[in-house]
Amino acid sequence: MAKKESSFINMVLTLFVVTAVAALALGAVYNATKEPIAIAKRLKIEKAIGEVLPEFDKIEEFKTLPEGGKDSLTFYNAFKNGEPVGTAVRTYTDNGFSGRFWIMVGFTDGDVISGTSVLEHKETPGLGDKMKTIWADQFKGKNLTTYKLKVKKDGGDVDAITAATISSRAFCDATQRAYNELKKEEGQ
Amino acid sequence: MNQLQNFTKGFIKDNPVFVLLLGMCPTLAVTSTAINGLGMGLATTFVLVMSNIVVSLIKNLIPDKVRIPSFIVIIASFVTIVELTMQAYVPDLFDSLGIFIPLIVVNCIVLGRAEAFASKNNVVSSMIDGLGMGLGFAFALTLLGTVRELFGSGSIFGMKFIPGDAILVFVLSPGAFITLGYLIALLNRLKKA
Repeated sequence: MAKKESSFINMVLTLFVVTAVAALALGAVYNATKEPIAIAKRLKIEKAIGEVLPEFDKIEEFKTLPEGGKDSLTFYNAFKNGEPVGTAVRTYTDNGFSGRFWIMVGFTDGDVISGTSVLEHKETPGLGDKMKTIWADQFKGKNLTTYKLKVKKDGGDVDAITAATISSRAFCDATQRAYNELKKEEGQ
Repeated sequence: MNQLQNFTKGFIKDNPVFVLLLGMCPTLAVTSTAINGLGMGLATTFVLVMSNIVVSLIKNLIPDKVRIPSFIVIIASFVTIVELTMQAYVPDLFDSLGIFIPLIVVNCIVLGRAEAFASKNNVVSSMIDGLGMGLGFAFALTLLGTVRELFGSGSIFGMKFIPGDAILVFVLSPGAFITLGYLIALLNRLKKA
C-alpha cells in the first residue's frame, strides 16, 4: 500500500482518528483500574495505621484543617472492644527537601508515639527512603511532654539521618504538627 | 539481518544505555536500587513493544508530515496505560518510581525506535526489535541499579548483607554518573578484547 499523501484533509483525519482511538482506550483502562487503585490506596492507609498503633478492631475517621496549614490532617481514632487504644494521624510537612511528604503517626495515652510510617515522599531516592527504616524506630515510645522533637543539631533529641538532615527536620515537623492538632482536638 | 540478530542487538551491540546513550534521564534517576531499575526497564519494554507494533501496523496510513505527533500520541497512551495499571496492581513500585513513569513518554529510545525502525519494517521485526531493545534497556538499568545498591546500601534486590550505611555517594546522582561511566568503559574494553 502506498504511503498516504500529506494533504490537509489527510492530516486532519489521521490525527483525529489517532487521538480518538487513544482517548477511547485510555477511558476504558481508566474505568477498569479505578476501583483497584482506590482499593490499593485504602489498603496502604490501613496497613500504615496497623503499623503505628496497637491492635484494634474499629476505626473512627475525621479530618481537621490546622491553623496556617495548607492541607487537612486525617485522624483515625482506634478502638478495641469499645475501649480507645490510640489515634493515628495522617500528617504532612512542606519542609521536605523536595516538596510535601505525608507520614502516619500513631499516638497512645495522648502523648506517647506508638509508631510512624512514611506514606509518600519525593525526597532524594535512596536517602529519603531511610526514613522508612530503623531510623524511625527512635520515635517509638517517646513521650512528647518531655521529648524534644527536633534534630540534635537544632538542640533537640532526634538523631538526624546522615546527609539527610532536611528530611529528618521535616519528619519532626510533620510529627509535631500531628501532635499539636491532637492536643487541640483533646482540648475541645 | 536475521531475527535473532535483530533481537540480540539491543543487549550489547546497540545497547540503548551503554552504546547509544539514549534515555539517560530515567537511567540516572531511578537506578538507586536494582528493583527500581528492573521495574523501570520492564515498564519501558512494554511501552516499546506495544508502540513498535502499532506504529508498524499503521505506518502506511499516516501521512509523513504528522507522523511524529501521531507516534507521540500512541506512545503517551501506552505510557498512561502502564501508569494506571502499575498504580492499581503494584502500588509500592509505582511509589518508588514516581514521576519517572509518565516520563517514559519522552524517553528517546521509544520514539527513536518508532521512527528509525518500526516505521520502516514489518510487524514481526518491529516487535522483536522493541523486545530486544527494551530488554537491553532493562538489563542495563538492572545492572546499574545492582552496582549502585551494592555499594550505596550494601544490599542486592533489597537483601541487606552489610549492616549500617555504605558508600553514600553511590545512592546520589553523582554515583549514577560514576557507575555509568565505569560500566561503559568496562563494556568498551570487553568489546575490544
